[in-house]
Order: sequence, then C-alpha cells, then structure tokens
Amino acid sequence: MMHEQAVIVGGGPAGLAAALRLREKGVKDILILEREHKPGGILRQCIHDGFGLMRFGESLSGPEYAQRFIDRVEEAGIRCITDCTVLDITHDKLVTAVSRNLGLLQIQADAVLLTMGCRERTRGALATPGTRPAGVYTAGVAQSYINLQNVMVGREIVILGSGDIGLIMARRLTLEGAHVKGVYEVQPYPSGLPRNIEQCLNDYHIPLHLSHTVVDIRGRERLTSVVVAQCDERFRPIPGTEEEIPCDTLILSVGLIPENELSLAAGVELDARTRGAFVDEHYQTGVPGIFAAGNVLHVHDLVDFVSLEAEALADSAAEYLLCGSLPECSLEVKAGSNVGHVIPQRFSATRSFTLSLRVRQPLKDVSIVVRQGEKEVLRKKMRKALPAEMIQLPIKAEKLIPGVELEVSAE
Amino acid sequence: MKRTFTCIVCPNGCEIDAEYEGSRVISVTGNLCPKGKTYVTQELVDPRRTIATSMRVDGGELPLASVRLTRPIPKDRIFDVMAEINRHSLTAPVAIGDVAVPDILGLGSDVIVTKNVARA
Ligand code: SF4
Repeated sequence: MMHEQAVIVGGGPAGLAAALRLREKGVKDILILEREHKPGGILRQCIHDGFGLMRFGESLSGPEYAQRFIDRVEEAGIRCITDCTVLDITHDKLVTAVSRNLGLLQIQADAVLLTMGCRERTRGALATPGTRPAGVYTAGVAQSYINLQNVMVGREIVILGSGDIGLIMARRLTLEGAHVKGVYEVQPYPSGLPRNIEQCLNDYHIPLHLSHTVVDIRGRERLTSVVVAQCDERFRPIPGTEEEIPCDTLILSVGLIPENELSLAAGVELDARTRGAFVDEHYQTGVPGIFAAGNVLHVHDLVDFVSLEAEALADSAAEYLLCGSLPECSLEVKAGSNVGHVIPQRFSATRSFTLSLRVRQPLKDVSIVVRQGEKEVLRKKMRKALPAEMIQLPIKAEKLIPGVELEVSAE
Repeated sequence: MKRTFTCIVCPNGCEIDAEYEGSRVISVTGNLCPKGKTYVTQELVDPRRTIATSMRVDGGELPLASVRLTRPIPKDRIFDVMAEINRHSLTAPVAIGDVAVPDILGLGSDVIVTKNVARA
C-alpha cells in the first residue's frame, strides 16, 4: 500500500490548481489521479477562447489555460497518474484505483481532494419521449467528437437547452458548415451567459426560442425530425403549439451535474440543491480530511473561479495537513429569498471566506444581502442578477458576530 | 437612435443601453467599465470577432490541433477565414503559440496553435 499526504481525484482545472497551491504551501507528497490519458479535464475540448480573462488578463482557449497549469505541475515535480480510474474512497481516506500501467493501487491518504468535475445531464434523465434513433448527442459529447476526434456530428441541427456548452456548440457547428435551426429552452430565460447568447447565437442569426421544449423525436435509424412545442410557466407543453422541425441531429444542453459517486462512497453528505457536497469555509466536507472544490462541488460558469476555489481549498487542506486540524465550523449559511444555493453551507465566524451563490430567477436592480440575525454583514447592489452567473462575495471576519448563523437573500 | 448591446469583452456581459447617431456614440449606460463604450463604438463602425477552430495534424498523437486568431477580424469575414484555415494542415509536432497561418487573408491576425500535439 502507498501512503500520500494528499491524493487529488481528478486532474482537471480544479485538481491542477489545488496541487500547485499545496506544493507552494509546503506539502511534499501529492498525487493526482486522472481518468483520461492526459490531464486538463474538460478544458481539452473547449477550444474556444475567453478563458483566463480574470486570472491572466488575456483571452485563452481551454487547452492553453490548462497547459499553463500542467506545465507548472510538471516543473514542480508533482506526480500525476493518468489513465487511472478511482474505484473507491473510504471514510478513512483509503483510495482504491486502477491504472492502465500500474494495475490496482491502494493509497492511504492523509487528505483527499475531490476535484472530479461534473457531467452532462442526459436525455434519459430528461425522459424525452419518442423513438431512439441515432443523431442525439449531449453538447459535450458532440464537442468531443468535433474538437478531439475530427468527426462531424450532423448537418441540420436542433439544440435543446441553452446551457453554455450548447451555445458554444451552436457557433462551432455553424463554423463547420452545419445549419443550426434553433435553440429551444424550456425556461422563460436562457441558462447560458449573456455574452454567449450574443457571440454564439446572435452573431450567426441562430434563433433562441424560450419557453419551448422538444416533445417528440422522430426517425427510425437516424433522426429525421423533432417536434417542438411552447410551454406554460410550469414547463408543460401547450397543446396545439407543436411544430415539426426536420433535422438529422439533436444536441442536448440541459444542464450539468456534479459527479459525486465517489464522494458518496466515502460517506460525504450531498446538498440536494447543488448536488455537490456540504462544505464548510475550508471546503472541507462532512468527512474530516476530505475536501471538495470546483464543478464537483457546484457547477461554475467560469474556469477562472474554479481555479480560485481550488486554491482556497488547497490553502485549508495544507493547514489541515501541517497543523492536524482546522477550526470548527458549526454555524449554518442559509439560502434566503430568491437564492438557489450557497457555498459554503457552514462557517466558523472567525475567519474571512468567499461566499458563492446563484439566484433562482433573473432579477433587475437587486441587492444581495448577507445578514446575521438583524445585522447586515454585506450588501451588494446589482443592476441585474442572472441564474446563469455565479455571484461571489467576500465575507470579512471582522464583520462577523461569533455564534450567529448567516442568511443570504436577493431583495 | 437607441439600441441595447451585450458587451462580450468580459464575462460580466454588461447590457449596455446606447444612444447614437450614425457611428457616433452619444451616451451609454449599464457598462461596468469604460471598455463597454469602446465596444459599442467598435460595433457601430466595424464589428470584429475572434474565432477558434481546429486544423488537421499529420503524423500527430491526435488528429487535430486547436487553433485561434491572435486578433479579431471583421465579423463578415469569419467564413472566409474558416475556409482559408481549412485549406491548411499541420505536421506534428506542434506546440502552443506556433503560428499556423500568418496574417490570414491579409487581415492582420495570425492563426496560432493552442494545443501541444506530439509526434505519434
Ligand atoms: S462593459 Fe466592461 S465589465 Fe461590462 S462586459 Fe464590457 S468589458 Fe466587461
């Protein structure tokens, strides 16, 4: 059996950033376990630019952004085993993995960093009716075919859902000569970022149909058409509004889910709102020594924030490893009115931390208010707040009252 | 005239209400920084975009290398530039930052490689 101070599960942007910060903080034994043949995670297939604007002040493609971290991880001599699937993590931080080259691995870790990222919701999970012809892909799978494998997925395209990957793929497919007939979103507002609506749809005259969904999928072997319909406010298709759209490909961009099977195996408790772990201000889960950050914790809109969060995690994980424990966080952070979820869900009231949240619906001229009881800790005015955007607020220790819960609301 | 723009310069994606005459911007509101006004002015005169795509790599460990433009090009030349990029291919190894096509179509923007692809 091997022994490591820190085992990092997943060599994507969160895992790489966490590894580097751990090393900077003086942690020596660090091991990254990566499922794919190369580190970099989902960034490897995100060839569009716009990454790193916050962090590097320049607009990089996904592979470039990832490579900056990969190079530094290599320079730092941090070990990364690729082609390695983690099978199990126990409550006591025993990690079992299988590697293509090394076979079965058993590693006892002092700390485990969960940075597995997220996966796409699939059609099965959505229960779209109709037959099961070829030509239906999730946006990320289509992206991998086109950008990594040089396989074009189709010519006449309909996109269900307005998540960012779907919007990016609408543009990508158009550039490759396909005809994207429209994007259909069941919500009355887009789920992707406004800049992606602008530069991926509007620039190419691709129509976005809000409050619409796909009600039928037709075709025997290959998709030949989909039927779309308008929806009411409870997302039920309105009879009589159906329209059949001939197409050979349907792309699904209907949301991302943190990938937490391993977290559950380790006994980590998940939050039904984020579908990620409950964490405290140290990004420590309910299991001491097991930490989580990035898209495995809650789905982010920007990779820059994933890197930052992973670094904050690593600061705490390093403290845990070098000092043996972290201050107790027994106070709850509550999501109040119009707030969908908050990260972290627990805090100590003795230290500063970053609060991340998303609003439930688009709001105009709104204030995000953080309170302890009657006391206002922070108020941020925003001209608009969108569910597509993660909002982050710095909470300063000196503003906090000991022993009192926090509540965050948008009002 | 009035129009609402979505600034694409940074992830904030500010919604900017602009008042303008021809290509002269009279007022802008809603931008969180001065780049928003520059963006609106540019959109009125000469809208530009960058694009990213892939190029075939001969003899590489991967079939494709991703590429992007170093500077934005006029929006109405995007498909010309795509066609021109698709006429080229690369030979492994290629590294991030390699210039795949210099000064594409004389538009003052280089096509650069954004992924390392080693020889197979
Ligand atoms: S106006 Fe400034 S802050 Fe707003 S999107 Fe444009 S560049 Fe970003």
